[in-house]
Amino acid sequence: MSNSAAPMIEMAAVSKWYSPQFQVLKDCTTSVDRGEVVVVCGPSGSGKSTLIKCVNALEPFQSGTIRVDGINLSDPGTNLPKLRARIGMVFQHFELFPHLKITENLCLAQEKVLGRSREEAMAKGRALLDRVGLSEHAEKFPGQLSGGQQQRVAIARALAMDPIAMLFDEPTSALDPEMITEVLDVMVELAREGMTMMVVTHEMGFARKVAHRVVFMDRGEIIEDRSKDEFFGSPRSDRAQLFLSKILAH
Amino acid sequence: MSYNWNWGIFWELNPEGTGTYLDMLLMGLRWTLAAAALAAVIALVFGSIIGVIRTLQHRGLVLAGDAWVEFFRNIPLLVQLFLWYFVLPELLPKAAGMWLKTLPNASFWTGAIGVGLFMSSRVAEQVKAGIRSLPRGQSMAGTALGLTTAQTYRYVLLPMAFRIILPPLTSELLNTVKNTSVALTIGLMELTARTRAMQEYSFQVFEAFTAATLIYLALNATLTFLMRRLERAVSVPGYVTGK
Repeated sequence: MSNSAAPMIEMAAVSKWYSPQFQVLKDCTTSVDRGEVVVVCGPSGSGKSTLIKCVNALEPFQSGTIRVDGINLSDPGTNLPKLRARIGMVFQHFELFPHLKITENLCLAQEKVLGRSREEAMAKGRALLDRVGLSEHAEKFPGQLSGGQQQRVAIARALAMDPIAMLFDEPTSALDPEMITEVLDVMVELAREGMTMMVVTHEMGFARKVAHRVVFMDRGEIIEDRSKDEFFGSPRSDRAQLFLSKILAH
Repeated sequence: MSYNWNWGIFWELNPEGTGTYLDMLLMGLRWTLAAAALAAVIALVFGSIIGVIRTLQHRGLVLAGDAWVEFFRNIPLLVQLFLWYFVLPELLPKAAGMWLKTLPNASFWTGAIGVGLFMSSRVAEQVKAGIRSLPRGQSMAGTALGLTTAQTYRYVLLPMAFRIILPPLTSELLNTVKNTSVALTIGLMELTARTRAMQEYSFQVFEAFTAATLIYLALNATLTFLMRRLERAVSVPGYVTGK
C-alpha cells in the first residue's frame, strides 16, 4: 500500500463546519513529505489544532480528502484505530493516563493495540524513557512529574508505537517557560533523525531550527504554505507579517 | 405515658417459635443484607452500562439510556415495587404470570431487583457525570493511540471516572441498604418488617425500633468505613481531584 514517492500526509480541499453558519476549516490543502517537518502556525482560533486533529480523524470533516501513507481516511473500508496506531500524537495537555504508572502508560497501547508481550513492551518503553532522559521516573505516576517531564513521557508513549509520522498539537503551550526547552530538545532530535512531523506551535525558534516548511493559517484558511526560508524571509501576506511581528517582537 | 420498659425482651422467646426476639431481628437483618447485596450488584452493573451508553456518540443508544434513567428515577420506589409485584404478573401471559406469583421467595426477588433497578438510574447519572468530568483529551489520547472505543472506556476513562465518583457511590450504596425496607410492603420479612412484627407481638415499640435503628446505623457505618478504605486503596499518587 505504501508508496515511498507519495507524501506521507496529503490534505486536499478539507473543509469542516461546526454548524451551517460556522466554518472552521476552509478548503485546506497541504502535504507533508516523508521525513519532512512542517510547522503550522497562526493566531489562536485559526483552526490549526482542528486541522492537525483531522489528520488522524480525531475530528471529523465534511468535505475534502486526507490520505496518510496513501490510505484515505474517509474510505469506509479504512480501519481507523489501526491507522491511528501508526500515527503518533502529542497533545497540549499531555493527556497521560493519571491512574497508570509511567511504564504502564508506555505499555498500554503497545500491548492492547499492537499485541506486544509485556516484556517486549516494557523493553521498548524503558529504552524510550531513557532516550527522553526520564529513566529514574519509570515507576512514578504522571501527577508526580512536572509538566515538561510529562510531555516528554507523552512523546515517548507515542514513539513506543513505532509511528510513521508524529503530530504535535501545541506541545509546549501549557508549559512553564523553563520547561519548554527540554521538550523542544527532544523534538529537535526527533526531527534530525528524519521523523515525519507536523507541528502546531508558536515556537518560531523551533521552526527556524528544524522546519522544512511553514504553513500559516488564519480564520480556517491556509494563507501561506512555503519553505521555511521563504516564510521567514518575506511572508507575502499582510496577515502573516502582522502575526510574525507580534510574536517575534520580543 | 405509662409504658413498661423491658430491655430484656430481646432474650425472650418470640411467639413464632423461631427463638428469641433478637433471633427474629437478626433473621430480618439477613434478608436485608441479601436484598441489599443483590440490589447493589444490579444497580452497579446496570448503572455502569447505562451511564456509559449515555456518553457514546450514538443518538439511539443515548436516547435509550435517557429513557431508562427517567423511567426508574421519576416513579416512586414504592409504586415501582407494586408495579413489579402486583401489576406485572397480570400483564404477562397466564402461564408466565402464574410462574411469577408462585415463585419461592417472590417478594425477595421482586424487592431486590426492584430496588436495584431503581438505584441503577442514580448510579447511571453518576457514572455519566464521572466520565464527563474527565478532560476530553483523555479519550482523544486513547483513540489516537489506536485503542477502540471499548478499550478507551475500559483502560482509560472508567478507571478514573469510578475513582472520582466513589464518594457519591458510597451514598448510593447506603441508600440501597435503606431502600430495601420498602420491600416490606410486598411482604419481604426484612429487618424493618421484623421490627414491626416484634412490636406487634410484644408491644415493646421503643425497644424494637431502638434495636432496628442501632442495627441500621452499625451496618451503614461499617459500609462507609469499608468504602473509605477502598477510596484510599485506589487513590492515585500525585493526582489532585478538582484540578
